[in-house]
Formats: sequence, structure tokens, C-alpha cells
Amino acid sequence: MHDVSPHAVHHGAPTGFIRKHVFSIDHKVIGKQYYALALVAVLVGMVLSWLMRIHLGWTNFAIPGLHFLSSTGAPGDVMTPEYYLQLMTMHGTIMVFFVLTTAPFAAFGNFFLPIQVGAEDMPFPHFNMMSFWVTFVAFLVLVASFFVGDGPTLGGWTQYAPLSAVGAVAGPGQGLGVVLWASSIAIFCVGQLLGSLNFITTTLDMRTKGMSLMRLPLSAWAWFITSIMGLTAFAVLMPACILLILDHVAGTSFFVSSNEVINDQVLPHTGGSTLLWQHLFWFFGHPEVYIAIIPGLGIVSHVLITNMRRPMLSHRVLIYSMGALAVLSYMVYGHHMFVSGMNPFSSLAFSFPTLVITIPSTIVVLIWLGSLYGSKLRINTASLFALGFISMFISGGVSGFFLAQPSIDIMLHATYFVVGHFHMVMGVAAMFGIFAATYFWFPKMAGRMMNETLGKIHFWLSFVGTYCIFMPFHYLGIAGNIRRYSSFPDDFLQPLIPVHRWITVAALITGAAQLIFLYNLIHSRFWGKPAPDNPWEGTSLEWSTATPPPFDNFGGKHPVVYHDPYQYGVQSSVGDYVMQTSPEQVKTEREEK
Amino acid sequence: MTLAYEGSVAIMATTIPEPPKIDPHRSPDQNHSGNGGWRSLVPGDGDLQVALEYSPPPSSTAIWVVLFAITMMFAAFTSAFIVRKASQDWHTFTLPSILYFNTLLLLASSATLEVSRRRVASFMGALKSQVESPARWLYITLVLGLLFVAGQYVAWSRLRAEGLYLATNPSSSFFYLLTATHALHVLGGLGGLIYVIRKLSKLTLRRSQLVATARYWHFMGILWLYLLLLLWMKL
Repeated sequence: MHDVSPHAVHHGAPTGFIRKHVFSIDHKVIGKQYYALALVAVLVGMVLSWLMRIHLGWTNFAIPGLHFLSSTGAPGDVMTPEYYLQLMTMHGTIMVFFVLTTAPFAAFGNFFLPIQVGAEDMPFPHFNMMSFWVTFVAFLVLVASFFVGDGPTLGGWTQYAPLSAVGAVAGPGQGLGVVLWASSIAIFCVGQLLGSLNFITTTLDMRTKGMSLMRLPLSAWAWFITSIMGLTAFAVLMPACILLILDHVAGTSFFVSSNEVINDQVLPHTGGSTLLWQHLFWFFGHPEVYIAIIPGLGIVSHVLITNMRRPMLSHRVLIYSMGALAVLSYMVYGHHMFVSGMNPFSSLAFSFPTLVITIPSTIVVLIWLGSLYGSKLRINTASLFALGFISMFISGGVSGFFLAQPSIDIMLHATYFVVGHFHMVMGVAAMFGIFAATYFWFPKMAGRMMNETLGKIHFWLSFVGTYCIFMPFHYLGIAGNIRRYSSFPDDFLQPLIPVHRWITVAALITGAAQLIFLYNLIHSRFWGKPAPDNPWEGTSLEWSTATPPPFDNFGGKHPVVYHDPYQYGVQSSVGDYVMQTSPEQVKTEREEK
Repeated sequence: MTLAYEGSVAIMATTIPEPPKIDPHRSPDQNHSGNGGWRSLVPGDGDLQVALEYSPPPSSTAIWVVLFAITMMFAAFTSAFIVRKASQDWHTFTLPSILYFNTLLLLASSATLEVSRRRVASFMGALKSQVESPARWLYITLVLGLLFVAGQYVAWSRLRAEGLYLATNPSSSFFYLLTATHALHVLGGLGGLIYVIRKLSKLTLRRSQLVATARYWHFMGILWLYLLLLLWMKL
């Protein structure tokens, strides 16, 4: 028997192109890969929304070339109502799973969580690599449904049964399209579970000397909380998708009830429960929207603190509030089902925690506003997007108060009011969080600065643009404009068509403004000004290492942490801050509570 | 026999995670051992001594994370099971009797795994030439696990012979679904056992790896007892 060092598993920096950039086990490369995936996905999702918006504004407008995407879905380049729904489903699925989950959580979390805790890598780098590539496969499987059979599924990103479970008889894409959708999401769940495993163990076990839990930056806390939510939520969505696939391919009856008649055909299924899918889905689905937004809360706090040069009013309360959001998000999921026909008493039981969940949300916002009050905020693109996040989070959150009450929700549920609500509070807000993180951390990730002028133009166009798009949605909803319809021929909706056209124009312009960001991103990546190690004078560990960080993050050293994460507004040898790794003792102006 | 890992560092240093050195400039090769584990909460005034306590290797945290995810998955299946069982088209059937035999196999494998853990402990605690290799008991565990999976396959064949297929009735759907998902996870545990045996033969087995595998394996047994009860109940 021969001896092998127990540390033989330690991996050195890879040299080959494949191991370095493709099948990399480096969490930083994996983070960038997730970011690239999210970037591709968001472009696809945005183009889909453009197509939908054009159709909603001008129903018979022929979009040149659309028939190449689907000859049956868009004969003569005009999309059919079914194809509108198929695009809508893909827009929702791609945005929620492959953008809002991957970018703020998997992309930035992978890159910065290990660095912020002071580790060389995640504890299971091969699982981490698998996590990305599994997610990539999931994306391919989903996008493949555009090009097979009669196109992607039309059931919406929630895939309610029985429509999703009865098969091809229910319409285009309801056969193979649903199977591909459910397979894609089940695969995606595997990737996120592997990611969560790494995030949780990194946070608990890989922290460096002196890095107690309360010394973690708020972004690290947000990723940690999100990973626990992901572990719980995706572990439930995956079996739900398995059941859905079995209903399709194996003839089981989990979600289809007896004697369903669709298109004059009596279905062979018996006794299934259609509500069961909704319960399983929303048990995942509501936490999912917090999985999308909580990393944003952490990122925005981190960005704002660095730019206000002082810590939040309360570090601990902010962490506890994020934790409370995570716990409560599992208790409110039924508010998506107020009109589903479940027991009205259940509505009451779900309405109460839904109103309660506004309390931690409000506390977070108040801490932000209170901390911002009187601070000399450094205005840069990252801090502007952080402020924009707060604005969107408040505007979108306020409409949640209305929707939380079943009596009001029954009227508003199937209208554009809900569309406006969730686009602002978890769609655009989370996007602003991604933008804030990008402008803030790009120097560390790419080693170059982004262009601030272009960034500010991008911010203002996006900020004004998204309000122009999504505020009118609320008005449309109150006026009774039903959602999920591809056109509005009813008389009472005719006066609202100009509003739809306004939204479409705003969406096209705001979408085009994102090209500025794309240009800035690519141009800065190759030709931007080289970034210093600590361009924003930050205190957390990512700023104490080289730019870009070496393979083992800290260049063979292990950082030692001496301070709470946000020691700003102090007098030290370097300025008004002291870094976590600096052994310098300073008299703090403000204790972090 | 006692678990004698900690006192035997000098003899078998390659197989045992060393206790952390209190050294601010750690060598970078300890990347998989963490240093600020979750038990070491540093007080705000920055007393670093507290943070230097030994923290568990990530695999011992990770295994609980894995077991939690599996629990959530079977909780979702259980809720679907309960909802679906309430419908009128649910027909109960008698479980194939081989399942009870399989149960004994799986429980026995947990026992043999515990025996092998003790053997490994004494193996590591003594000079390796004086004690026989503990791999035998791991192999017995492996065989019992394989027999369990084979036995589950026999149970599926029995049901098929009776004309009960996946789509015949929700009760048979759930039977196949739950037992097959469990069997897949057992196969994963068998993979873990093979990994442990290989590491043991190379003398690179770490205690945390064996402990994690054992926890997973025992959890498979507990999960099986739960599933058997769920499927057996006629309520």
C-alpha cells in the first residue's frame, strides 16, 4: 500500500484552454459562465417581449421574418393567438429561471461568495462545475422546444394543470413542448441544488480566520439565505416536474381529473387533482420570486454602504429581515391561488402572512432610506442603479398590499395589474440589482473599469423607461384589461389600445437602451481603463485581493479578518475606511449593531 | 473497541485530518478544511482565539444539506400521495411480500456498516499490519445494498406479473415512483460505499467521508421504513 497525501485533491491552476475556460472548476470562471448564460437568456427573453408587445399594440402587424421562427405559429409573419402564448411562456420561463435566478444568485454569488468569506474556492468545485453545465443543458433543452414539433408550450411559466398535463390534444406545444419544458426545469433544479449545496457549505465551513457569521458582508448573507431557499424550493419543484412528465409519457393521472373533455375528446385519465400541481408549483414558485430578489437586497445594501461611506442603521436587523422574508415566503404561496377554487378559509390563512411579509420588506426599505438620509452618497452608475432598485421595489411592493387581500385580488387577479406588480417588484427590481452588481463588481471580475458616462445614460433611460412601461400596467388592470390575451377586440377594451401602444413604444426604446449596456460591457471588457484593486474604496475581502483575483483568490495567503464588514466613516491610514483584513486598530465612529 | 481517530495522528497521519494549527499564516494546502466553521462565532470585539477552534470538514455539513434536499423531495411526493389517495379511483393492493425481506436486508446493511466503521476505527488506531483490513465488512454492506436493489426489482416484476403497471392505478403509480426514486438514491449510496472502499484501500480515507457515507446510508434505511409504512397503510 502506498501513501498518498491527504491533500492530493488540492487543485492547482489549470493551464489548458478547456480546463481553464470551459470545464473549469474555478468558482470565478463558473460565475462568469453563469453571467454569460444569463446575458444570452435575457437577450432572448427581451426579444420575445418585443414581439409580444408589438402584437399587443398592432394585432395584425407583420413582423418581418417571424415565419422563419415558426411557419405555423406566424403564417404571413403575423403571430397566431396560440403562438403569442407560446412566446409569453418562453419569455416568463427564460426570464425567471435563466436570468433572475442565475444572474444575481449563481453568477455573482459564485464569483464573490468564496472571496467574501475568504476561501480559496467552494468546497466541492466539481459539483460547482456540474451545476453550471447542467443549467446550460437545461437552457438548451428549453430553447430546443422552439424548433421541434409545433413549438414551445403555451401554458405559461406556471404550467397549470390540466392544460399542461393532457398532452398534444390541448394545443400547439402541449405535447412535446411541455415534456421539454418540464425536463428543462427538472434539470435546472439539479443544477441549482448542486449550487445551493456549495453556497451553504462555503458560508458555514469555508470562512477564513476571524470571519464570523455577523462579519459577513450583506451580499454574502443574501446569497447564503437564498441558497437555503433554493435548496428547499427546487427540491420540491423537481418531483412536481417528474410527476408532470409521467402524466405525459407514462399515462399516469396525477394532475388530470376524470372525464376531462378537450377538443371533443374524452381523456383516458382518471381522478387526478388539478390543484395539486398548483400547490406543488407555488410552494416552489413563491420562494422563487424571493430567490430572485433577496440577492438584490444584499447587493444593493453592499453597493449603497460602499458609496454612502457608512454602515446601515442596523446590520443585524437587515439580516434578520432577509431571513424573515425567506421563512415567510413559504407561508404565503397560496396567495397565487385565491381564484383557483381552493377553500376560501385557505385564502384567509394565506392572506394574513402575505400582509405580514410586507413588514420585513418595509423594515429593509426603511433601513435603506434611514441610512441614506443625510449621507453624502457618491453618485456613480452602481449607486444610481441601487437607488433605482429601491424605487422599483417600493413601487412594485405597494401594489402587493392590494393583491394580498383576496377580495381585491379576485377582481385584479387575471388583469395587467398583477403583470405590472410582479414585473416591477421582482422583474425590473432584480434587473436593477443585477445592473448595480455589474457596474460595481465589473472592475474586479474583468480587471477593467466600465464607462461611467454610458452607464449613467443607460441608467436614466432604463429608469424612466421601465416606469413608462410598467406603471400603465396597473392602470390597465384596474380598467379591467385581462392578461394572457393576444389581442383585445372587446368594445370596453378599445379605449385602452393607445395605452398598449404607448407601452409597446416604451418597451422598444427601453429595450434598445440596453444595447448601450451591452456595448459598454463588451467594449470595457477589452478596451476599458485598467482597474485598480480597490476602485470604490471598499472594505470587504474582494477588494483586498488583486484585480482580477488569482486562481486561489488570495495568492497563496489566507486572509485574516479583524473588523466588521463595513468600517466606513473612520479615520485610518488609508482614508475614511478600514478594510476587514487590515490589522489597524481604529476608533470607530459607529458601532455596527 | 473505541473510535480512536483523534489519538492516532502520529501513526496514520495520512488518513486523519490534522487538528488545525494556530497559525495566522496557514499553508495554502488546507483549502478543503475551512477554518472559520459555523461553531466559531467571533465576538464583535474581535477575539481571534475563538475563531481558531476546529471546524468540521465541509462534507459533514454537506451531507445534512443533501439529506435535507432528499427529505424535501419525498415530502413533496408524500403530499401528492396524500392528495391523490383521497380520490375515489384509488385501489389498494397487497404489497409483494419480498419487500419485507428487502427491508431486513437494508436494516442488516446498516448494521454491517456500523461494524465496518468500528473496524475502520481500530484499523486506523493500530498498526495496520496487526489488524485485518476492515474492507470486508464494507463489501458485505455493499452486497446487502445490491441485494436490496435487486429485491426491489423482483418486487416490481411481481407487480407486473399481477398486471399492475405504472399507469394502472394511482396506487401502483406511487408505488413504482416512490420505490424507484428510493432505489436510485440507494444506488447513489452504493456509489458512496465504493468510493469509501477505494479510498480505504489507498489509505486516503478521511473520517468525515466515512461518517458522511454512513449517515446517508442510515438515512436511506429510515426513508425506506417511512415509505414502506406510507405504502402499507390502508387508511
